[in-house]
Amino acid sequence: MNGNPYLEAFDWLADPVHWSGPSGIPMRALEHLGYTALGVFVAALIAVPIGLLVGHTGVGKGVAVAAAGAARALPTLGLVTLFALMLGIGLSAPLLSFVVLAIPSLLAGAYSAVESADPATVDAARAQGMTEWQILSRVEVPLGMPLLVGGFRGATVQVVATAMLAAYVGNGGLGRYIFLGLGSQDYPQMIAGSVLVIVLALVLDLVLLLTQRLTAPRGARTA
Amino acid sequence: MIGFENVRKEYPGGTIAVEDFSLEVASHESMVLVGTSGSGKTTLMRMINRMVDPTSGRVHIDGDDVAGLDPVKLRRSVGYVMQASGLLPHRTVLDNITTVPVLRGTSKNEARSRAHELMETVGLDAALASRYPAQLSGGQQQRVGVARGLAADPNILLMDEPFGAVDPIVRGELQQELLHLQRDLRKTIVFVTHDIDEAFLVGDRVVILRPGGVIAQIGTPQEILADPADDFVASFVGADRGARTLHVERTDGQDVVVDADGRAAGVLDAGGRSTS
Repeated sequence: MNGNPYLEAFDWLADPVHWSGPSGIPMRALEHLGYTALGVFVAALIAVPIGLLVGHTGVGKGVAVAAAGAARALPTLGLVTLFALMLGIGLSAPLLSFVVLAIPSLLAGAYSAVESADPATVDAARAQGMTEWQILSRVEVPLGMPLLVGGFRGATVQVVATAMLAAYVGNGGLGRYIFLGLGSQDYPQMIAGSVLVIVLALVLDLVLLLTQRLTAPRGARTA
Repeated sequence: MIGFENVRKEYPGGTIAVEDFSLEVASHESMVLVGTSGSGKTTLMRMINRMVDPTSGRVHIDGDDVAGLDPVKLRRSVGYVMQASGLLPHRTVLDNITTVPVLRGTSKNEARSRAHELMETVGLDAALASRYPAQLSGGQQQRVGVARGLAADPNILLMDEPFGAVDPIVRGELQQELLHLQRDLRKTIVFVTHDIDEAFLVGDRVVILRPGGVIAQIGTPQEILADPADDFVASFVGADRGARTLHVERTDGQDVVVDADGRAAGVLDAGGRSTS
């Protein structure tokens, strides 16, 4: 422990022992991704339909904006602790916190996606005889897709960066290295864990950025 | 036939868009509603396809009260051409034109072959079929808008200032082509504009509206020009400025028709009619 902990962290990362087995980096990274995906997925099931509905009808926009703002202000570590006290050790408490964390971005992304459609275009679609569902699914969502994916991007990056808290209450994920290192004052391992979380967050951000670009409606991109 | 019976439109908050409006539009007739903003002309037109529901009164098409018709079905059966085209920016020209037939359940192939015909009818190059609206000029976009309005072969065509957003030269071309189209198609057209010259050109009959949807005068362009009902109409059609009072002056052996300000309007041909 006398050397530079940053250099030792890279030694730790380079050690083949840490790249295999159930507590190896690939497995932990997969767990980490799994928690993230699950959290964002459950949040999307709640937030996206509400966001689309709010964006399409304009009803409840004030409430949605206020709720999203309030949820953003909640400290996630506090939530994990609170839920863990209520639900016990396990995956439920952190997962619930990730859902709360992901909802504001997804909600804002969904309603701003729908709202971004030119009112004249929407009016024209309605005047041609599209049903409200067809207006939403064939006009508003395709045109707002980059904003909707932007909501997923924001939510995913926030959750992936926070998912290490799952290990705080006894689960896996890359947070294991951080909390194990913290417990045993093994700073290289902590740093290695942090670096892995950062890399994962950056990669996901990049992938979703590309998705955002690819889902931009073709005709609108030339405008 | 389209009928308006004592139609009134009042918005929450007390704004009255239309006070009490009655009108009958005969089948195959082209009827122009003309007025300044606030005259309720667009509101009235949009009552025909239930984009606006009247607060009281009735709108009927061939005897059926539109209030009893399903708005979505009704809108699919009425062509609608709007200002600045209202095309879907994320769909190609061809997909825009086939929107309504596809909604009505026409097979994609059939709708597409019809769309190709319509592109020819409205003077669009076939190569434009796969373009997106943003890649077209304003005039081309309006042509696509007209083709889309005609795609399901509706009996009624609603046109909301369809040529308002294009330059005067292209507007002139589009107006002439609409006249040609109408000669063949004989649709029932309700056309909204604030441009009296366009109204007189396009309309078999013209309704001049005051604010609040009050009819100032209704008649053929000839009737209105020959006998403006009051000062409002005279001012609206430009008769009070002498823009409509033409006389003949002989210049270089030609009979030249000039207006009250001495501006040349055209030459008198052998038949004795002015051409512009």
